[in-house]
Amino acid sequence: MNRTWIDLAYLVAAVLFIFGLKGLTRPRTAVRGNLTGACAMLLAVIVTLFDQQVLTFGTILTGIVIGGAIGALFATRVKMEQMPEMVALFNGFGGVASTLVAGAEFLRTDDATTDVAIATAASGLIGTVTLSGSLVAFAKLAEFKFMKKVKPLPMSNIVNGVLGLVALLLCGLLVANPATDTYYWLIVLVALGLGYSLTIAIGGADMPVVIALLNSYSGLAAAATGFVLQNNVLIISGSLVGASGIILTMIMCDAMNRSLPAVLFGTLGPSADTKSAD
Amino acid sequence: GAGSLIAALTIFVLAVIVGVEVITKIPPTLHTPLMSGSNAISGITVVGALLAAGAEHFDFAKFLGLMAVILATVNVVGGFMVTHRMLGKFQRRD
Repeated sequence: MNRTWIDLAYLVAAVLFIFGLKGLTRPRTAVRGNLTGACAMLLAVIVTLFDQQVLTFGTILTGIVIGGAIGALFATRVKMEQMPEMVALFNGFGGVASTLVAGAEFLRTDDATTDVAIATAASGLIGTVTLSGSLVAFAKLAEFKFMKKVKPLPMSNIVNGVLGLVALLLCGLLVANPATDTYYWLIVLVALGLGYSLTIAIGGADMPVVIALLNSYSGLAAAATGFVLQNNVLIISGSLVGASGIILTMIMCDAMNRSLPAVLFGTLGPSADTKSAD
Repeated sequence: GAGSLIAALTIFVLAVIVGVEVITKIPPTLHTPLMSGSNAISGITVVGALLAAGAEHFDFAKFLGLMAVILATVNVVGGFMVTHRMLGKFQRRD
């Protein structure tokens, strides 16, 4: 299939994602909105198989069959009250998938331009924070026994700050040395720790807000990967989820009478000035 | 080149604005389904995963592509199905 037709199909998919998301915000149109999103995804996947970059199909088919079976199994077996933790788990998978795609592309190119290197570093950092943060959220909501033994880190804000600075430093080193693959995997390693330290102190009651925020992150990771691959449907859908996820996070905070900083930095109790923000 | 970067940034900024504007008033019962549905949409990264997994020779990059296809497909298929189940419950209850 011609490049133009693929890009036009991606445009249709992006528009359908926007309508699907809009539909999900109203009770009457929510079911249709979700189905619209699913159709858009199917369209995007099918036209991608016609991309000239796709030369073999065995690996793709294996991945889709395994992933589809696991996803369908989880989605049908899980109990209703376990849904939020399931969303957290899926979200972590999506985030790390963006990281792996950016990593694969980075391995294949030795002369990444500065903008591609920045996008690669962003995808590695955000996607991996999404993974480890979502796994912590999943474990907390699932109330695994070992989670009761896990203590929050001492001086967690300082730990977060140090890990964040190290991650940004590594991002700078990657951009300065785009031919070296090591920095990418170091970013991933530090981001695993950062996602853990950012979420481990947050209480179970605040987890839905955290999942909404991590969902926004996974969108941003997909958008960053879109910049790496110069793929518009990834940029549009990723930033759509990234932006709407932030808005939903704030709406959910508001509904719980909590401020976002209070959730993230572990202040107990409702905050006084939440409602005055708008 | 620089032109394609500006084009990509333009698309990014406009999509961010659409994302901010598309979520306005939303009933609390739809918070979780919306989160779940938009989570499934973030699985769009499966497109990038397919491109990485469709390479000719099996090397480490293609292996990463395979892992990404599996994980992103779990996100997409599981995400849309879980959202559909949540919304079914939502409709019956009202």
